[in-house]
Amino acid sequence: MVQVFIPSQLTSYTDGASRLLAAGASIEQVLDDLDRRFPGLKFRVIDEQDRIRRHMRIFRNGDRAQDIRLPVSEADEVLIFGALSGG
Amino acid sequence: MLMAASTGHLGPTIFRSTDGGETWTEARQPPAFPKADGEGPSRAVDHSFWLEPGHPSEPDVWWAGTSPPGLFRSADGGVTWESVSGFNDHPNYWDWCPADGGTPDGALLNQVQIDPRDKAHMYVATSTAGVFETRDQGASWRPLNQGVEANFLPDPYPEYGQDAHYIALAPTMPDRIWQQNHCGIYRLDRPAERWDRIGQAMPPEIGDIGFTIVPHPRDADTAWVFPMDGTEVWPRTSPGGKPAVYRTSDAGRSWERQDAGFPTEQGWFTVKRQAFCADAGSPVGLYLGATNGEVWMSDDEGAAWRPIARHLPEIYSVVAAPL
Repeated sequence: MVQVFIPSQLTSYTDGASRLLAAGASIEQVLDDLDRRFPGLKFRVIDEQDRIRRHMRIFRNGDRAQDIRLPVSEADEVLIFGALSGG
Repeated sequence: MLMAASTGHLGPTIFRSTDGGETWTEARQPPAFPKADGEGPSRAVDHSFWLEPGHPSEPDVWWAGTSPPGLFRSADGGVTWESVSGFNDHPNYWDWCPADGGTPDGALLNQVQIDPRDKAHMYVATSTAGVFETRDQGASWRPLNQGVEANFLPDPYPEYGQDAHYIALAPTMPDRIWQQNHCGIYRLDRPAERWDRIGQAMPPEIGDIGFTIVPHPRDADTAWVFPMDGTEVWPRTSPGGKPAVYRTSDAGRSWERQDAGFPTEQGWFTVKRQAFCADAGSPVGLYLGATNGEVWMSDDEGAAWRPIARHLPEIYSVVAAPL
């Protein structure tokens, strides 16, 4: 399982949880697993063309992911953030 | 009741309430374009702009217009939404809705209007290509813009390319369509195809630029507009800082200024296209929400105005509902 950090903008989807474990060998599969358990979450992070939304950020460990096909392993941590915006 | 929402971080969605707005549930499948197949740029909904209840014979149907321009339909009261292929995948889509086309808030399919006599007969308005008509409930579309100016294009009267800010069918005469366009106020009485620029009867110092037009609920010859300064750089304020509504009672042949109660000077606001409405009362009540966060009303068909709410954020939409 992969450790996932959930930003405050998305905790209304995760019953308040900000740290979760999810299954998957890529960012996309991790998001799919989360979406099965928390319907609607994935589409708040990526758009219908599978692009990461403009004001969302995904990191694998410390590195920013530009593409949700990026592979992840059990040792990785996936961090989702709301980008600095809004003021 | 449906509400379109879009936050900077989380993108667009639609919420649904079945208890008068006490509680809201997010759509299970919000409007979204199909995955791109390599033809043309790929599209993702930025926000849903217009939500239109379906024809009365289809109580669970809703229509949504989005930015970038797209038409979506829900058959389950807004829980799930499907892309309307007849418009969104039309062979001319990228001519009608070019990827670099756009007004300041993003290119829009800003409106859906349904003929109350025929659920298959609909109109949409767009900010990149003007008005379109379908007679088969969205399967096929054709432009309906004859006589409507597009003064920002080499051909100022093209088949499509106009910026239709707002269209409204006269409730008691649905063959009559009112239009507040980027380039003036128009009226079309079907089956005619050519719009009349009725805004030419407005005082020249006021002009006929604005975002919206409100038809009278019973008198098909009466409508109201809220003119805006369209002289140079579009400051989105009333001409001269003197807010006023103008009313026609003769189908656009003449216009009457209605400004009693509004600031007589230094009133720097305007009214966006979903923020001016009428109720069905007698006399008709009128309500407008301004870009400065004030709501104004008139209970005598525009003769006198008074503010009924202040200090709100910029107002995008005002709807009058009977209680």
